[in-house]
Amino acid sequence: MNTTTRRAFLQGTSLTVLFSLAALRPAQAQAPAPATLPGSLNNNRQLDAWLRINPNETVTMFTGKVELGQGILTALTQIVADELDVDPKRLEVVSGDTSRTPNEGVTSGSLSIQDSGTALRMACAEARSLLLQAAAAKLGVAVADVRVSDGVVTTAQGTARTTYWDVSGDASLHREATAKVAPKPANQHRLIGQSVKRRDIPAKVTGGAAYVHDIRLPGMVHARVVRSHIPRARLVSVDAAAVSAMPGVVAVVRDGNFLGVAAKREEQAIAAWRALHANARWESTGELPPAGAALFEYMKKARSSETVVNTKAATPPVAGATTLSAEYTRPYQAHGSIGPSCALAQWDQGKLRVWCHSQGVFPLRADMAKALRTPPANITIVHGEGSGCYGHNGADDVAMDAALIARALPGVPVRLQWMREDEFGFEPLGSPMVIQMRASLDASGQVVDWNHELWSYTHSTRPNDPEGSNLLAAWQIKDPLPPGPSRNLAQPSGGGDRNAVPLYVFAQQKITNHLLLDQPIRTSALRTLGAYANVFAAESFMDEMAGAAGADPIEFRLAHLNDPRGRAVIERVAAMAQWKSKPAADTREARKPVAGGVLKGRGIAFAKYKTLAVYCAVIADVQVDTATGEVKVLNAWSAADAGLIVNPDGFKNQIEGGIIQSASWTLHESVPYDSRQLTTRNWPEYQILRFPEMPVVLVELINRPEERSLGVGEGAQGPAAAAIANAFANATGRRMRDLPLTAERVKARLA
Amino acid sequence: MSVTLNVNGKQITSPAAPDTPLLYVLRNDVGINSAKYGCGEAMCGACTVLLDGKPIRSCVYPAAKAADGKITTLEGLGSPERLHALQRAFIEEQAAQCGYCSSGMIMSAKSLLERIPNPTVLQIREALTGHLCRCGTHTRIVKAIQRAAKELQG
Repeated sequence: MNTTTRRAFLQGTSLTVLFSLAALRPAQAQAPAPATLPGSLNNNRQLDAWLRINPNETVTMFTGKVELGQGILTALTQIVADELDVDPKRLEVVSGDTSRTPNEGVTSGSLSIQDSGTALRMACAEARSLLLQAAAAKLGVAVADVRVSDGVVTTAQGTARTTYWDVSGDASLHREATAKVAPKPANQHRLIGQSVKRRDIPAKVTGGAAYVHDIRLPGMVHARVVRSHIPRARLVSVDAAAVSAMPGVVAVVRDGNFLGVAAKREEQAIAAWRALHANARWESTGELPPAGAALFEYMKKARSSETVVNTKAATPPVAGATTLSAEYTRPYQAHGSIGPSCALAQWDQGKLRVWCHSQGVFPLRADMAKALRTPPANITIVHGEGSGCYGHNGADDVAMDAALIARALPGVPVRLQWMREDEFGFEPLGSPMVIQMRASLDASGQVVDWNHELWSYTHSTRPNDPEGSNLLAAWQIKDPLPPGPSRNLAQPSGGGDRNAVPLYVFAQQKITNHLLLDQPIRTSALRTLGAYANVFAAESFMDEMAGAAGADPIEFRLAHLNDPRGRAVIERVAAMAQWKSKPAADTREARKPVAGGVLKGRGIAFAKYKTLAVYCAVIADVQVDTATGEVKVLNAWSAADAGLIVNPDGFKNQIEGGIIQSASWTLHESVPYDSRQLTTRNWPEYQILRFPEMPVVLVELINRPEERSLGVGEGAQGPAAAAIANAFANATGRRMRDLPLTAERVKARLA
Repeated sequence: MSVTLNVNGKQITSPAAPDTPLLYVLRNDVGINSAKYGCGEAMCGACTVLLDGKPIRSCVYPAAKAADGKITTLEGLGSPERLHALQRAFIEEQAAQCGYCSSGMIMSAKSLLERIPNPTVLQIREALTGHLCRCGTHTRIVKAIQRAAKELQG
């Protein structure tokens, strides 16, 4: 589409918007504001948006949240089955489909139980009440005199019966939710709180069609996208004709700097992809930031926006007797999904249908519509599972890539899977961070002043930015859209500053965030956003302060923590690991020689994720080989509290996985690059934790049925990282402040 | 040009060129879902299948080279109705999050249990060194393999 058309299109859009707002205004002025409804019910207010009672004795439940391997769809069926009183076998789940499900934004931030779970719970409670009223009327008894079990409604005496399916016509769910029917109390739950087995695992271990990757459509062709590893590279030239003549090739698509190819067979598409790589010439359009330690000095001077996130001043001001300061860093890190991103796309008479593993099909549709210059109504996006994503990986970009190639082949379904080097080269990375800590202790060993100052690139460049487009291909096409600006998510959840505000009680504190405004290397959400590095820094620093105070790490934490649930997970994990009280290592002037051989140590750390989700404490045992510099995590214990637990085994799986993933980030992971390009092509350049390095992990949960359910998926990563670093200090008397704890760095630190 | 293969006891003929990696023939001509593309260079294990009982990386293994042997994929181990002990154990232990790596892990575990019916934790970890899991489900995978070993030994 040329520039004139594009401008006309955008003008048209803004006119429509103005018109609609004007049309709405008088009505809004008269009508009272609609009541706030709980969870995602607030934005998707119709009961039948969530539930449908089918004549064939099944129930269809709809959710905008999607399965990412975290078990969310199983947990949601437990909620629905309990609230509605139907067997989970009767439940059909529809999730993440722009033509069928509620729009619940992105499945991220450990929010699905809170958003979708709450909405489904309230909608089911209300639907159950409507169905029971209709059933009671049909049976000619009072509502109080009917019982329901698996959708079968009987009178109290059991003399008459009907079913949800019989009365569904009399109890229309096509009405707005009121959220006035109370859901069941915890003592009536049968499935909530049980380790119900995941619905998705049987297909995954028997070769069922479990992933987007497994969708095969009639007449489907295979595509690949060709990109330079130089960010924002300009495509100077490519010999498309030569590649078009290769066996099986059906289209070579070039649109500005976007280049892709489709062929009848997958191996033919890969051969053509290789050939295009061999003959395409790319030009760099800018430099990358310096690598290694220089990156962090560069970041502190880079263009940024400074915010004092939180401040608390004591009256009178406190003068600390002992002040410590330290700087912690985290490099660029990758999502590193095992399965490269994949999508299918098919254009049919100007309408586009996409199958992909995006975490947010509605936000993706908005960005694709902008870039493809077509109204969102022309695009349908359906979620299918992908390989674990751990945040914003290539899932959205590959969908746009597939759509661009499919546009050249009207009517033909196109399957595009990124190659391994595409995933490593083009996924948005987790941002590097620099964190400076400074704190003062009074004579009694209490922290009286706490300062946490951080520098970070953005952690949020997901699709549907109001000012730009956050799809890679949208920046490459000949009529490109600009990327959205760097943004930070607001506190209390925060983005770069996530978990920078302490849960501990200090007389005086100041938290400062520097959001870097440029994005020389693309960054976005990697599981926990800034929390991983902030908790690593703050909880390492708590141990440094404890060391200066001559205090035991656990006693020191408890002396600053009022939150009873925080205290409880710390005390529980201490009991699990049989923690023995001992002063933390004083690492201020660690010039004492380190003993040789293999040293062992133990460390603890704690966080309440986002300061509003799961409470999680972790104790780690590490072993440090002073000769090789190798650090191994031997054992890890964790205690966690997420209020009312929906599925204990699913919760444990998330905490176990979080600890192991964090051990991998913490010991190994850093994305390499030179002055021109990212240099990872395959796993040898990006090592992750392997089986022989696995710690033994034990997790215990504290269930609080009276408390609301909190997100659990990202609670363990920050505490695990700091527990490992604290165990290292306990083993060696030296402090590691730069992630990851590679053998080379360890040897330098111990020298 | 064509390649004839024996996959899970069935003869199939694919129009692929002989040097085509077995993975694409299995997925696109035989309709196998279990073997996955992960790295394309035999570095992650997601594409693992058995050739005459031995694990191979189908993403780099030329299809024609597999023509004389018997290929077994996860589908050939068992079905949802008739699960193999390993499949049952992975379900019982809930030894997956995303599950993208599971299929390759199970195939290597199958070969391990043929060689060592009652492996130690160390031997299991050693056998899976070349398999990557990103969700951190490793400890459950080890438990599932131990569980299957126990069941198979009766």
